[in-house]
Amino acid sequence: MKSKKNSLKEMLLSGNLMITVVSILLGIIVGAIVLKIAGYSPIEAYTVMLKGIFGKPKYMAYTIIYATPLIMTGLSVAFAFKTGLFNIGAEGQFIIGALVATVVGYFVKLPIGLHAIVVFVAAITAAGLWGGIAGYLKAKFGVHEVIATIMLNWIALYLSNYVIMLEGFKRPNSEASYKIWDTATIGILEKWRYTDPGRMWFKAHPVLQSIFKTPVNLGIICAILLAVVVWFILNKTTLGYELRAVGSNKHAAEYGGINVNKSMIISMTIAGALAGAAGALQVMGVSKQVAILAAMEGYGFDGIAVSLIGSNGAFGCVFAGILFGALKYGGPKIQSAMGAPSEVVSIVMGTIVFFIAMPKFIKMILTVGKRKEVK
Amino acid sequence: MIDNIGFILGTTLMYATPLIFAALGGVISENSGVVNIGLEGMMTLGALMGATVGYFTGNPWLGLMCAGLAGGFLAVLHAIASVTFEADQVVSGIAINFLGPGIALFLSRIFFEGATMTKSIDLDSKMPRPLDGIFAQNSFFDLVLNQYATVYIAFILVFIIWYMLYKTKLGLRIRAVGEHPKAADTLGINIYKIRYLSVILSGIFAGFGGASMSLAVVSNFRPTLISGQGFIALAAMIFGKWKPQGAMWACLLFGAAQGLVVFLGGTAVEISSQILAMLPYIITLVILVGFVGKSAGPAASGVPYEKGER
Repeated sequence: MKSKKNSLKEMLLSGNLMITVVSILLGIIVGAIVLKIAGYSPIEAYTVMLKGIFGKPKYMAYTIIYATPLIMTGLSVAFAFKTGLFNIGAEGQFIIGALVATVVGYFVKLPIGLHAIVVFVAAITAAGLWGGIAGYLKAKFGVHEVIATIMLNWIALYLSNYVIMLEGFKRPNSEASYKIWDTATIGILEKWRYTDPGRMWFKAHPVLQSIFKTPVNLGIICAILLAVVVWFILNKTTLGYELRAVGSNKHAAEYGGINVNKSMIISMTIAGALAGAAGALQVMGVSKQVAILAAMEGYGFDGIAVSLIGSNGAFGCVFAGILFGALKYGGPKIQSAMGAPSEVVSIVMGTIVFFIAMPKFIKMILTVGKRKEVK
Repeated sequence: MIDNIGFILGTTLMYATPLIFAALGGVISENSGVVNIGLEGMMTLGALMGATVGYFTGNPWLGLMCAGLAGGFLAVLHAIASVTFEADQVVSGIAINFLGPGIALFLSRIFFEGATMTKSIDLDSKMPRPLDGIFAQNSFFDLVLNQYATVYIAFILVFIIWYMLYKTKLGLRIRAVGEHPKAADTLGINIYKIRYLSVILSGIFAGFGGASMSLAVVSNFRPTLISGQGFIALAAMIFGKWKPQGAMWACLLFGAAQGLVVFLGGTAVEISSQILAMLPYIITLVILVGFVGKSAGPAASGVPYEKGER
């Protein structure tokens, strides 16, 4: 496993933007070919998608709302990556964050503002501990974090379902919990927009009116702040230096006096907290509740893709998250507009990740291209 | 009472089967030194292919074969990336897990007028039950042994893979490549060929696993059909210490948990099915904690091999 991780790291740390850009282009091309084979016009499909993303202020707001949790799960995966750990558990940590946010948002009553903060802190603490379990198991018992986090994902899913079904928490006649109190939400002007002055004001500002038809919330601001925090921790603090040192060479780090085991636990805990923040903000800003899940929702797995496309950098994750959010929001529109399967989005994403996995191939293409130029 | 045990055992076998196929795929791939985290995606595409071909041709065997081919096709992509282009195998596997379900749902929408759920295969076109009618209906042996053909195939395959890996020259080569590729190279073994073969086989088996779900356990494909079984198979493989027989026992354990959930769902026993469903994963973690050191995978698993590397 070691040298494999190193080769990936080399490629990611070298900040080879070219590889990412080429991979994204290849993904879009493969998507076009698949659509063409299936008998749909790729140009029309991509036009529909672009219009579906940028056509109205409302659409753009939705894109951001879709991107918000992905940025944070991406940050979670990227953070663990820097310590040489593969966090496949963002999914489970997201679930725990969402669950705890709803529990605290519903059972605890606090004044507005304070309540939201308490909910957020409780959720990221719980999710951090959840992520920390995988770090602990790796540090103390050598259990591979990929396996541990996969197991923890499923345990989280069933645990969440179990808690949601408990009496007093499950909303009668529904497959979901009670909604959190308004004091715990982070929606912007949620109530005011339905008051008379609110309506009057929005009528005078059509762009804002369009945007505020969506569940606009503070989530994206939190996500960007978290990206800054992640960047700061990794690049400007001793802790970050130690975590990165463990990631680039465990043995050298140990020799240099860094406690490798402790670093792994801390790294997974912070990664868990970041994914938990995604779950918490999703509940506080968009869903206001947690529902019984038959299968994983995929925020964590999407986070892996976001992290990879973002070259595991904090700000890369913001851009990759928005790209993915746009595809996830705009993609399904080809279904209603032209009957083309929206799953082409998964194929495009998969292709992008696939090519990002093999920088050697991309470099080969690029050098072939260059040679031709010279001729 | 004995009938209840029979029911649980039978359900265990049925639910363990898709896992056994996929886990065997994992075993063979990892023994050659390639991590295959994409089993999930390969299973999903296999399940769709099996159900689709089964529905349109009415022939479950053809469905099973095509499912294997579909899984194999994704495995070829994984092999190209991880063997030829020395990609990060986990990342390539993640890509496969996007591609598999993506392609599966895409095809489903094309074949079934925009639906992500395929139409049901009629009872006659489902996987046959070779021992049907031999035992008295609902007797103990009937409940345990009257299984779909895929169940028997899975167990036979466990034996075949065990024999192949530990008793044949090919198996020795696969293990040599996974354990010490440089030494194997020195002995003139074509590492790329062995790894391609192993990875493609793993995809074919994962495809079978998916189809044994969509052609036997249920009779159609739907988006949540596989949900996580590829990952459980992966865990079973590690749990079973990268050995076919070990993986089989682990799959049976996971299957038994599922069997208990189904059984208790039909009785008045007040144990939350959610808690029960959690058990196999907790057990896996506990056992991994207890068995550390003893359980180590093939040394070169996950490491790309570059010819001439020193």
